[in-house]
Amino acid sequence: MREITFSEALGEAMYEEMSKDPTIFTYGEDIAKQGGIFGAYKSLLGKFPDKVIDTPISEEVIFGSALGAALAGMRPVAEFHFADFLFTGMTAVANQIMKFRYMTGGQAKLHLILRGPDGISKSAAAQHSESIETIFMHVPGIKVIIPSTPYDMKGLFKTALTSDDPVICFEHKMLYGIKGPVPEEEYYIPFGEADIKKDGKDVTIVSTSRMVHESLKAAKNLEKEGIDAEVIDLRTLVPWDREKVLESVKKTHHLVVAHETWKRGGWGAEVASVVQEKDFDYLDAPILRVGAHNVHIPFSAVLQDFVVPDHKDVEKAVKSVVGGV
Amino acid sequence: MEYSKDFLQNLYTTMIRIRVFEKKAEELFLQGKLPGFIHLYIGEEAIATGAMANLKNDDYITSTHRGHGHMIAKGADINKMMAELYGKETGYCKGKGGSMHIADLSIGVLGANGEVAGGLPIAAGAGMAIKLQKKDDVVIAFFGDGASNRGAFHEALNWCSIYKLPVIFLNENNQFASTERVQETTSVANIADRAIGYNIPGVSIDGNDVIAVYETVKAAVERARSGGGSTLIEAKTYRIKGHFVGDPTLYRPKQEVEEHWANEPIGLFENRLKEMGMLSEEEKKEIWNAAHKEVEGAVKFAESSPYPAPEEALTDLFVDDAGYDY
Repeated sequence: MREITFSEALGEAMYEEMSKDPTIFTYGEDIAKQGGIFGAYKSLLGKFPDKVIDTPISEEVIFGSALGAALAGMRPVAEFHFADFLFTGMTAVANQIMKFRYMTGGQAKLHLILRGPDGISKSAAAQHSESIETIFMHVPGIKVIIPSTPYDMKGLFKTALTSDDPVICFEHKMLYGIKGPVPEEEYYIPFGEADIKKDGKDVTIVSTSRMVHESLKAAKNLEKEGIDAEVIDLRTLVPWDREKVLESVKKTHHLVVAHETWKRGGWGAEVASVVQEKDFDYLDAPILRVGAHNVHIPFSAVLQDFVVPDHKDVEKAVKSVVGGV
Repeated sequence: MEYSKDFLQNLYTTMIRIRVFEKKAEELFLQGKLPGFIHLYIGEEAIATGAMANLKNDDYITSTHRGHGHMIAKGADINKMMAELYGKETGYCKGKGGSMHIADLSIGVLGANGEVAGGLPIAAGAGMAIKLQKKDDVVIAFFGDGASNRGAFHEALNWCSIYKLPVIFLNENNQFASTERVQETTSVANIADRAIGYNIPGVSIDGNDVIAVYETVKAAVERARSGGGSTLIEAKTYRIKGHFVGDPTLYRPKQEVEEHWANEPIGLFENRLKEMGMLSEEEKKEIWNAAHKEVEGAVKFAESSPYPAPEEALTDLFVDDAGYDY
């Protein structure tokens, strides 16, 4: 199968759906002439010139206008530039977009997408590095997709572009350049279906985004020590695939949840909690969470590496959970 | 300008329907029949009425927490409005929204809004959609004096100006942001003066004069429909009632309010119509009676409607509803 990058996968999803649906348009900072600050829209450059729009740095209107445009019949895809700047216009997201349909008794179909980069890169420091997906899982009213591969990026985004509910998509900065197999023919990945990225029988590692790759690296290293880890990529957090996680834990009897966002109150705590509620009798050891330390992302590389988890942290947690296996 | 009797009496009728609805909402709230908060539009009826007389069904508005008047003037079903105030299943939002979140997408009302200035970014987005779809619809974004001090106001006006969007920003300057006087919170004497910063026309008018509102909004709507872009209109009025029903209004003397009753928009318009020979005492009575009857009917409808089943609380979050398990 041909291989394309994560950002090309996003561009293809946009191109294919925009070719079919004239109501789709996209806007944000630095996208029309530059193709996005990380090149996410490079493959859209020169195509649909009226529907790829550069905007002022006005986050509250970038987000809030997506609601208005959806209500008036369009399918907006608004870019948030950096996940950190979701906070800048957060009231339009949390008080308007996420509440509108519910507050109005289901009157509206809110076919809109907020998308953009999140996570660490090379020393971007505290205001350009955050992973805040948990917030959108905690507050009701938006579907959360957080892909880890070009294949998932394209399939999930095409589903988002045909969904009638608000969707937020987190694209990890370190993933835009990675390549992976993506078929030529069109496909859609439904929300709420986790993907088993690697089968295993001794321990389940539940992860998303960049940490899926770290978990796979960990699984490879653990193999050498005789531990056969199963790596599950949730791919979407709202909704999230409880069944697949619960099934896996019934098989492996051990669970580690790994994410880049903060460990304290991170979505891993929700997964752990549901698993102990439903699968308590199958667990042979406490569930462990791997996540960032509860500080901001620091600038210096040595400090960033210390704060944010990688495969070594996953390996350590797995060994601690599995113990004598 | 010359106006037909029908046109003028329609304006009058809309103002009366709003006034009667609001007086009833106040009475019901004070009787303990309505939960939540009620923000009354009494004394501001001329603005919604004059503005909306320029709109067609497909035109959009974004409203505010003080939105009953906007809804009625845009053509809302007052039975569904009243039922929503009661929290009943037959209300506009099936009891999930209440007074501050009433919307009716079928008549272009993109929601009242519990957040001050919350509607302005939404209006900008509707404006973008209209332009992209090459339609000639317009949006009127209603907002108060307090909203003009929020960042969303700045972002939305700049945005609509640079893209020349068909969005009319209609400021209802009722002199108070909750308990605070506009003079104490706002850097300019006329909010319309802020238009210069966005390179769009700005005009201050008497918001208690329904004809002035109609004519000013008419010019702005025509400009917007023909691709001329946004206008900022400041309609100066006075919030005769408290911020909400039950507001002790410690921040202003009673006498000041009484003085403003003399200048309230319905009385002004009524005198004018009588002078013009456009409203007889009998016609006036008929209009008021019809409004009372309509509102009494709405109360009856609301009171006889069922409450939603409690588990209905778990619906309407998403289109493919799977309730709270998301």
